[in-house]
Amino acid sequence: MTGYIDLTYFDLVLASVLLIINGAISIGLRLGLGRQLGIAAVRMIVQLLMIGLVLKFVFTAASPWLTLLVAVLMVGFAGREIWARQHRRLAGLWGIGIGGSAMMAAGTIVTVIALAGLIQPEPWWSPRYALPLFGMILGNTMTGVSLALDTLHTTVHRERRAIEAQLLLGRNRWAAVMPSTKVALRSGFTPIINSMSATGVVSLPGMMTGQILSGVDPNSAVKYQLLIMFLIGGTTGLGVLGAVFASIWRLTDDRDRLRLDRLVVSGEA
Amino acid sequence: MLCVEDLRSAHFGPIDLSVTGGACLGVTGASGAGKSILLRGIVDLDPNSGAVSWNGQSREAMPAPAWRRMVGYVPAETAWWADDVARHFDDLSVVGQLIEAVGLPAAALGWEVARLSSGERQRLGLVRALALDPQVLLLDEPTAPLDAEATSKVEALLKRELAAGKAMILVSHDPEQIARMAQMTVRIVAGRLVDTSEEAT
Repeated sequence: MTGYIDLTYFDLVLASVLLIINGAISIGLRLGLGRQLGIAAVRMIVQLLMIGLVLKFVFTAASPWLTLLVAVLMVGFAGREIWARQHRRLAGLWGIGIGGSAMMAAGTIVTVIALAGLIQPEPWWSPRYALPLFGMILGNTMTGVSLALDTLHTTVHRERRAIEAQLLLGRNRWAAVMPSTKVALRSGFTPIINSMSATGVVSLPGMMTGQILSGVDPNSAVKYQLLIMFLIGGTTGLGVLGAVFASIWRLTDDRDRLRLDRLVVSGEA
Repeated sequence: MLCVEDLRSAHFGPIDLSVTGGACLGVTGASGAGKSILLRGIVDLDPNSGAVSWNGQSREAMPAPAWRRMVGYVPAETAWWADDVARHFDDLSVVGQLIEAVGLPAAALGWEVARLSSGERQRLGLVRALALDPQVLLLDEPTAPLDAEATSKVEALLKRELAAGKAMILVSHDPEQIARMAQMTVRIVAGRLVDTSEEAT
């Protein structure tokens, strides 16, 4: 790790002056953003300092159960986020269960394969590798799954008469919903496709930038970034497909009816 | 014969009725009385209970798509999912005749759905259902947006379907149309049949 420059807290205070200037401008121009900006900045500082402490503790403890506990908590937060980002969602536990399970299953399978088969740290569940990897995979899958489910439920609700018209012509539930399915899948896949296209040209990914800044050889950083992008792409795809088809299964029944009674609008139930 | 026994769903029914092949049952009732819910129930589009069968074949004995190909339902407002009319038909070979029978040119198949008038939509929706050659026809206000000439063409087509042995349930606000088409009429009030009268044709 040659060329690694540790930051002092004084450096950070200096950097935060830029944000404070932004806040001052907002207050001066009465943009009404000062308060929001302030709250977001404080949240970020507290959350990052805390996760730093937590990670340090978990890395030192080196316990598989503690690692698993942190992973489970991450899944819980991400699952809730998927639920919260849907304007129309499935009623009851299905609302959080389908998106959360699809994300968890895809994320777990891919993370375990990457750790045990590709990166192979010792031990394979080593929290220093497992938690950042799982977090990055989970975060991106969460975005894809929540977009896909939000789009699916909005589209199916809007196109209900067209879906029923196809059911009336003797098509089964999967065929009748297919036009909406395609829209939802496209929406879920868009962020990962966009980020793959722009990576390296428009933006250097945050993880790669971090590695390069901390002295890692760019070629080595690029290899890690490619690995991460493949893993994220694979997990997002699996998660989005699983969540969308599971949700269609729940939104229809075995007599090939459209069951919009199982959909609720956020804030109403 | 179409047999409906003890058909119910939330706030609807129970309803019992039967229609023999070749006959038309007229259904009247105020808006919101449950006329459309009755047709949706028969075609099994909403959760419901009750025994429904056609010529002794129960709907539960077959997958729902097979039942809906046998029992065609044309809602009061037709819905479309592709840009042009032709893409809504699986088999175009029988469609030309039907389109001319309802008073539209064969070129209508190439039209854009977004530019159809409500009367064109309604007639093409009927053609779409008839093209599958269902044995039972459930029609909700099939001629409401049509002028007199188009209405009589549609009625003539429906009479030919009846003559071919199909059973029909016709929901209409027009008592004269019911009188022209139906051999029996029922009235729905608050989700129940209140009055059955047989009329000679």
